[in-house]
Amino acid sequence: MEPKTDYEVIEKRARNRKRLSQTILYILLTIWAVLVCFPFYWMLLTSVKGYGEYNSEYIPKFFTLSPTLKNYADAFTSVPLGRYLLNTLIFTVITTALMLVVITLAAYAFARLEFKGKNLIFTLFLSLMMIPNELVIITNFATITSLNLRNTFAGLILPSVTSVFYIYLLKENFAQVPDSLYYAAKVDGTSDLKYLWKVMVPICRPTLITVGILKVIECWNSYVWPRLITDNEKYYLVSNGIQEIRENGFGRENIPAMMAAVVIISLPLILLFLIFREKIMSGVSQGGTKG
Amino acid sequence: MENKNGKAFLYLLPAILFLGCFMVYPLIDVFVYSMEEGYNFASQTYFSVGTYNFSYVLHDPYFLQAVKNTFLMVVITVPISTGIALLISLALSSIGPLQKLFQTIYFLPYVTNTLAVGLVFMILFKKTAYTDGLVNLILKWFGASSVDFIDGPYWAKMFVLCFYIIWVVMPFKILLLTSALASVNRNYYNAARVDGTSPFRIFYKITLPMISPTCFYLIITGFIGAFKEYSDAVALFGTDLNAAEMNTIVGYVYDMLYGDSGGYPSYASAAAILLFVIILTITCINLMVSKKHVYY
Repeated sequence: MEPKTDYEVIEKRARNRKRLSQTILYILLTIWAVLVCFPFYWMLLTSVKGYGEYNSEYIPKFFTLSPTLKNYADAFTSVPLGRYLLNTLIFTVITTALMLVVITLAAYAFARLEFKGKNLIFTLFLSLMMIPNELVIITNFATITSLNLRNTFAGLILPSVTSVFYIYLLKENFAQVPDSLYYAAKVDGTSDLKYLWKVMVPICRPTLITVGILKVIECWNSYVWPRLITDNEKYYLVSNGIQEIRENGFGRENIPAMMAAVVIISLPLILLFLIFREKIMSGVSQGGTKG
Repeated sequence: MENKNGKAFLYLLPAILFLGCFMVYPLIDVFVYSMEEGYNFASQTYFSVGTYNFSYVLHDPYFLQAVKNTFLMVVITVPISTGIALLISLALSSIGPLQKLFQTIYFLPYVTNTLAVGLVFMILFKKTAYTDGLVNLILKWFGASSVDFIDGPYWAKMFVLCFYIIWVVMPFKILLLTSALASVNRNYYNAARVDGTSPFRIFYKITLPMISPTCFYLIITGFIGAFKEYSDAVALFGTDLNAAEMNTIVGYVYDMLYGDSGGYPSYASAAAILLFVIILTITCINLMVSKKHVYY
């Protein structure tokens, strides 16, 4: 009987050790989750505190008993937050739509059409991925300025339209569509453009959607280029808007109203993320580079 | 055949036009700018051609400050963020329930606007006449004296900046490492367990070599990203980074180009090229090191 009890003890010890290590893991993971969530909680909390209430708290409180929505009203009335949002929406939609058209055409040419120097041109395209934005932005600024496109949507949008990486991603996806479909369509006398639109795009829609969403996130958060190219408040995007609000907006002390603006700006992307969670995360792990 | 070529180029035309105007031409032009001495933005004239712009930039105290800040940030944030991300991903991959929930939460900072959330960090760390701020309150619980992290001493500002950068870059690293860990073949672990291998040895001899390509990818992109750090600093300290002593190399480029001290595209170009050379050197070193230690 001796050995049997021994096994029981060993198994029990192993189970206990496993339970202990699992508990420690969960505690550590929860700590990081709290660190990640806390800024979001704090911005929500502060945004519903009254102005007087916030400023009378020498020691900040972790909750509020009298939430108010007045800050949200202030955010729209005393600074042009609505305009910033509208500008960003216009910029994001047009840039993403244009980019999708441009990269679809280019990816189709690389994936399906035969032409002289295809490999050379594709290699040249890929080598452009190495070029950091900081190098080209200086001349782009000069170009847009000399074309008198500062403070216009065209100036904001044009340099952000192409992405070599997304062309590459889409080309790989297009190349997976079997050749036989193309030949069948050719026998039926379908034009290339019609084939692209009726066959390729529907088949590769998941990739197109992922690329589109990633571009939307990038556009919504873009800061550097819009800051260079706009100095008229009418054309500010949200990032510049928030910077403007911080420096000249509600008055430096009205933190709750500022936080309301921050919540409004952050909300669309958080919603987008919660809806397309799987797509965004798999897309980023394929091709994101932020970090 | 001619017709076929023509059609293909028609498809490529928009991409070639955009890339040509906004990537290839500027890339050549930036080197031209950097050699033109005394370039005047308004009249588009310059005195002579030479390397004065580079020597000006290299002797500018603001640039040296920016280089120092950037290198400090790189040295602090890249190892810490990669290390913590590795720990978190290991923990994530060894738990059962709630894994998806944690993953979702950890990814949140990726989709949020850096400028907007930076404002929240500023408020958490800032000390004003009305309040010491939340972080100082917590410091006080532990008996430390309060510090203004936003307008205070240099180390405090550097601390907040690094903290925020790590917070921002973490989602990407955790995501990539978790999927790398998930793709390691279970058979290796089972075989090791049969042999009674200790968990540490399993990690060191199986897990680490198997995920080493992802780790090196993260380190390389981490270095590049940290050298190009800019908007996180703006989010915390405002647009006048020189006054806050918190400027970065990219910030210096933009300040030279535009803003209160702007209008000098030649200096900006010289600084941008110097940054590019630094990044290229570091990336080459990384690649050389990775040849020795990465198992593909």
